[in-house]
Amino acid sequence: MKADLQFDFLVDRGAHTLTIKREFAAKRPLVWDCYTRRELLEQWFAPRPLTTKTKSMEFKEGGHWHYAMVDPGGKEYWGRTDYQTITPMERYTALDAFSDESGAPNPDLPRAHWEVTFSDVGARTLVHTLVTYPSREDLEKVIQMGMEAGLASTLEHLDEVLATLSSSS
Amino acid sequence: MENHLLQAAPQAAPRALDAAFHALANPTRRAIVSRLLRGPAPTKELAEPFAMGLPSFLKHLKVLEESGLIRTHKEGRVRTCEVQMDQLVAAERWFAEQRELWESRYRNLDDLLARLSGEPDEG
Repeated sequence: MKADLQFDFLVDRGAHTLTIKREFAAKRPLVWDCYTRRELLEQWFAPRPLTTKTKSMEFKEGGHWHYAMVDPGGKEYWGRTDYQTITPMERYTALDAFSDESGAPNPDLPRAHWEVTFSDVGARTLVHTLVTYPSREDLEKVIQMGMEAGLASTLEHLDEVLATLSSSS
Repeated sequence: MENHLLQAAPQAAPRALDAAFHALANPTRRAIVSRLLRGPAPTKELAEPFAMGLPSFLKHLKVLEESGLIRTHKEGRVRTCEVQMDQLVAAERWFAEQRELWESRYRNLDDLLARLSGEPDEG
């Protein structure tokens, strides 16, 4: 990866938003394709070591992407993104959801609104993502849920983490 | 503070984190916390799987309680334990994880764009 690519990550709990800004060393149409074409989107969306698999994808207003992120043990985390508005090569908005294999959004968890904007910065492309939760309580709920899952996974790797901490201090 | 600009490693609650890490440095205490993540439990039930005397077990509980990772309350003769993560620690951890998720995802995208552009992979 190129070290000088801009990356900003901002959480505003009061406004219940996340803002992610990132530059990419490619022209805008190529970056746009990577976001909107199933066979490309699948190659990067899940953080390593997870992989992405698509059940269905229709990138159009009113369409949706139904996918799973799969961990190395084969456990699937299903999600669904409903596309709302699309301005080709420039911007799209969508509603994100946790779902199950059938594609039904989980009614107990908040859905976040995504606004993704693409712009040129010289020969590079800047992608600006604004994730908005319906309310501050919804953001807190997601934090609480992630915290429980996060702590469980931290505990599994804690011996390694502690070894690293003690050797560096 | 409402805004968290995480340009560096999050260190907003270093003392709470230190106490938490110390408490979790012990396998018995990790097992206790793992169990409590599934829900509150009475002290007696919590102690059963562990091959140690109750006084030793209670010492571990005390370390966990003082670290803020768990809290206990007594009703009649039953003392119940439950996980209690300081909200700030919880939030900072979540922010850090989200940031890490986006970084990892975007490293994948860098690699993909490099392949598609026919450039040599600099990764």
